[in-house]
Formats: sequence, structure tokens, C-alpha cells
Amino acid sequence: MSERRVVITGLGATTPLGGTIAETWEGILAGRSGAKPLPEDMLERYELPVHFACTIAQDPSEVLEKVQIRRMDPSAQYAVIAAQAAMVDAGSPELDPERLGVAIGTGIGGVWTLLDQWDVLREKGVRRVFPLAVPMLMPNTSSGNVSLLLGARAGAHTTVSACASGAESMGTGYEMIRQGRADMVVAGGTEAAMHPICFAGFSQMQALSTRNDDPTAASRPYDTGRDGFVMGEGAGVMVLEEYEHAKARGARIYAEFAAIGMSADAHHITAPEPEGAGASRAMLEAVERAGLTAKDIVHVNAHATSTPVGDVAEANAIRRAFGADADGMAVSATKSMTGHLLGAAGALEGLFTTLAVHHRVAPAAINVDDLDPKIDLDVVRGEHRTLPDGDIAALNNSFGFGGHNVAFVVKSV
Amino acid sequence: MADQQEILSGLAEIVNEETGLDPAEVQMDKSFTDDLDIDSLSMMTIVVNAEEKFGVRIPDDEVKNLATVGDAVNFIQSNQG
Repeated sequence: MSERRVVITGLGATTPLGGTIAETWEGILAGRSGAKPLPEDMLERYELPVHFACTIAQDPSEVLEKVQIRRMDPSAQYAVIAAQAAMVDAGSPELDPERLGVAIGTGIGGVWTLLDQWDVLREKGVRRVFPLAVPMLMPNTSSGNVSLLLGARAGAHTTVSACASGAESMGTGYEMIRQGRADMVVAGGTEAAMHPICFAGFSQMQALSTRNDDPTAASRPYDTGRDGFVMGEGAGVMVLEEYEHAKARGARIYAEFAAIGMSADAHHITAPEPEGAGASRAMLEAVERAGLTAKDIVHVNAHATSTPVGDVAEANAIRRAFGADADGMAVSATKSMTGHLLGAAGALEGLFTTLAVHHRVAPAAINVDDLDPKIDLDVVRGEHRTLPDGDIAALNNSFGFGGHNVAFVVKSV
Repeated sequence: MADQQEILSGLAEIVNEETGLDPAEVQMDKSFTDDLDIDSLSMMTIVVNAEEKFGVRIPDDEVKNLATVGDAVNFIQSNQG
């Protein structure tokens, strides 16, 4: 079998910036922040030190049936909304269900269902626990529900690698097509972790920004004043398709999913390896497997969460991987607008990387008022950067607690 | 005490809430599984909600005997406390 190429033919999302990928991308280009205040009662009851987050812009009940809302954890609701939209964007293709696959990652899974049902058990007893509690709280609840809804039978997978989950799942989809297991895969990530326990847990790690007096300025990757990430939620999904299959049906091709690279730090359960050895290996592997060199990479959508340590470690890793060639890479930090969608982050950013290559524009980060001198990168801020004509490629970086490093390359077709 | 008609319409509301089925579809002679396509997980939720609504206890062993909507309505009617 000759090498099977994988292209991106559909995009779908529901995010802090909008209920669709179009609205979200518009928000990114407009430099909008998705940060909003958290409900007063939640803040008062739990005395949370963080008073805001990038909560989802669209109420899922505007799109889904009442019964779907009842039977799906919010994380699965978001995944289903994004997956359906991605398939519509791909032209609602008809294909053999056994050739259609699903790969949806998540960082935390059905945390709302788990904790809601624990409350039900304690307050009302076992008879009141929802019989769908288990299938709603399991981490694969999203890939299962998307598979069911689309009738996708080639395989349904769930990657769990914290904040690299969404990116890794896109790699899973890519491999399914390369290996001939599917001709089309709906791949992405989802997260719905705006539960007080998540704010409490991340706060106790000192991982979250506490810029309560100015929430829209809180997510500020690479800025000297950054003090942690801003929680986000939502889902991002792409339709990956075998190139000849896409051509044969006359599909619109956004870009090619060219390769993925992965590594593990084995350094610390949460802290990144400061020199970026593991992360740089993932990036180099992705570029090499794509058959490219560092000079071909004109844009990086960085993981850039706005934590004091993480941003520097990633910048070091990019330098370590590409040396002087990193000067030719326009680095975007879109979490400055979306917040950090955890297990959906790499997926949503994968969509942004795709659109950046497709439209040849690297979005500007907001809030980078005073670039940290430790960041030796060409950070796009103030104005968007037009990317060059001709063949171009971009890198999407995602890293997760546990030491997971995932980088993939998207290139123009 | 609810009469048969009240129990039927109450049950129809519960079924609608759980499955989205039109309450008018929920008639005495309909089979939960064959006619209404209600699976065992949904049935459990319906049973528990019916217990709460009508103040009855429907033991797990009894649930398998409730093949039709009429079976459930009759059980609830004769066991209301």
C-alpha cells in the first residue's frame, strides 16, 4: 500500500468565544477575551480564590434536545456539538460507517456527573442515583456518544494525557487513516471542568491566575506580569480524511495533517523539564516525520498557558529544537483569548493552526504588554502576521501534566 | 389517591421527560420495550421517578413484570400508600 496522506476537511467547535468555529476564529482575529465572572453563589459557598474563567459562550440546550442534555455529561454535550458541526462543515459526506472513526480526548472526563451523582447518593440514597451515571462519567463518554450519533464504526478512541489529550487524539485519528483502519475520522478534544473542585485543586497548585480585578487581562502568556492560567471549557473537533478520498468527493481541503511527534519528560508529575529536552524531541520528531526541516515551519501555535514556569520551558524547548531557525517562526499564544481548555486545548488550537495555514495569518496574542526577556521567540502581538505564500507548514504544541509532550505539523496543500 | 387516568398521564409525563416521547404515545396497551423502545436503564429512571411521584415502592424484582404501560399503571394503583 502506498503512503496514505491525511487532510483536514471539516472543523467544528464550541468555545468560550462562540458556539461555532467561525465565531471563535472571528473572536481570535478580533482579539477578544473569553473570560467571564463565575457565579456569585459558587464563589461565596466555596471561597474560591479565583473569581472568573473562560466559560463556554453558548448554552448547549440551544443546540441539543432536552433528552440529550439529560443523558450526556457536559463534556460529551460539547463534543457532540463540535463533532456534528465538523461533519456538516465537511459537507455531510456519506460513507461506509465501518470506514468512519472517532477519536475524542479529554483531560478529566465526566467530572460533573461523578460529583453530582455522589451528592445524590449522599443526600437522597442509592435509588436516586441516575442509572446512566457510569456511562456519563467515564472518560470515553464523549467518543462513545459521538460514535453513536454519527454511526461511526471504524473504532472510537479516547486519549487521556491531561492538557495534551486533544492534540494526541488528532494524532490517533491520523494514525487510523494512515494504517488503513478508516478513511475519515472525527478527531478532537473536549472538556467541561468548571466544577468548584477543579478550581480548588488547580488553585492549591498555584496554577491559576488570580487577577480578579481584571479577568480579561488575566491570561497573558509570555508577559512579565503573568501569574497562572485561566480555566477554559469547550470542544474542538476536526474531520481528518484520506487525501484521495477527499479529492474524489471534491471536498474542501483546509490543510494537510502532516505528522505528529510525541515524547514523555519523566521529570516531574506536573513541572515541565526546564530545558525542554522532551518537548523539543516531540517537535523535532513531528517536523522530521513530516519530511520537512525547521526552515519550512513558519508558524507555531504554542501551548503557552500563561504560567510563569511553563511558558519559559516551552520557549527554551522551541529554541533547543530549532536553534536560529526559530527566528523564522511566528509564535501565537491563543490561550490569551480562549483560556486553557485543558483536554480540549490542543484540539481547539489544532483548529487554529489549521485556519492559520489555510488563511495564511498567525493570530496576535492579547495582553502581552511587556514581553518577558526570558522568552527568546518571535511572539505575534499587537497585529496579526501574514504568513508567506507558497508551501508553508505550522507546528501545534501541547503539553500535559504527567510529562506528556505532543506536537503536530499542519501544512498547506 | 390517583385514579387510573391520573396515573397514566403522570407516567406519560415521566416517560416524556426521560425519553422525549410524545406523552400521547404512552397508552395502556403499549409495551415499554417493543413499542416505546425504552431500554432497561431508562426504565430504572422511570421507575424511580414514578415511585417518588406516586408514593409507591416498586421492587427491582417487580420491574421485569411491568411489560406494558398498563401493567405499571395497575401496579401503582393497587400499591399506592
